[in-house]
Amino acid sequence: MTAAWAAVALVGLATMAIKAAGTLLVGGRTLPPRVQAAMEHLAPALLAALVVTQALGGERGGFAVDARLAGLAAAAVAVAFRAPLLLVVTVAAATAAIARALG
Amino acid sequence: MPPSAGSQRPPGAPGYLDGLRAGAPIGIAAFAFGVSFGVLARSAGMGQLAPVVMSLTTFAGSAQFAAASILGAGGGVATAVAAAVLLNLRYGPMGLSAAAALRGPWWLRALTAQLVVDESWAIAQRDGRIDRHLLVGAGLALAAGWVGGTAVGALAGDLVADPASLGLDAAFPALFLALLAGQVGARSRLLAAVGGAAIALALMPVSGPGVPIVAASLACLVGAWRP
Repeated sequence: MTAAWAAVALVGLATMAIKAAGTLLVGGRTLPPRVQAAMEHLAPALLAALVVTQALGGERGGFAVDARLAGLAAAAVAVAFRAPLLLVVTVAAATAAIARALG
Repeated sequence: MPPSAGSQRPPGAPGYLDGLRAGAPIGIAAFAFGVSFGVLARSAGMGQLAPVVMSLTTFAGSAQFAAASILGAGGGVATAVAAAVLLNLRYGPMGLSAAAALRGPWWLRALTAQLVVDESWAIAQRDGRIDRHLLVGAGLALAAGWVGGTAVGALAGDLVADPASLGLDAAFPALFLALLAGQVGARSRLLAAVGGAAIALALMPVSGPGVPIVAASLACLVGAWRP
């Protein structure tokens, strides 16, 4: 087996196990109220972290400031005007593309 | 709701099609990045079939990019696998939060959980919980784009312009920001968001990629805290 296939198999098995762990461990049981309350706060916590890492993350860790930030700023304006999701995403991509084209 | 109504959706609740529709625009971005992943993975010596199998089984963009670029740089299998697994650890807490929404026998729930990626999980949020229909619909839209894009990139090469030149890399933080805006009405949720962002920002300069996001999930504990 080549290195590539070994990596594909190991990463695939590990990722499938990680993704399935929650439902296999918890099953259909209802979580204790405090755990459930924490889970209901997972979305804002992780979404905020994803915004930060996806807008500012460098390829090998650390920070990288580039046209993504202009796109995110434009998206923030669109969100403030209660634009639909598709428009927010399009505005962000178009702004970043223009910012990059302008260099 | 009576227990027998578990499979009956209340009127107005989202269905699979709503999930597909919500996931479609991001699925297009995922397609473009799938093409780049296919091209990168092939040039990293992974061949043509392995990248497609990886997109189908791993189905997590950042981890796949990390693994392929480490292999391409001669970093070795162990390093590539470790980096990818670290990036995917966040699917532990995400999968746990999705658990209550999944139905059916264990194998079906485990299979449905594979559709959890950042974007589908974010789109599927409804009132602090995951909506299974949105998760499945958006997950399938993203998977179609990602796997299809990988196949095009690995088999045919770079037919699509560089996604970054199209600004598509800015589409993802914008999506998460738009979905976040609908999440922070209550004060404790705003606190969780601020906490998550602060943890991520603090760790980004000092840790490898992946760690800041997993650590940020700890900010959800503000929900369990009661004075």
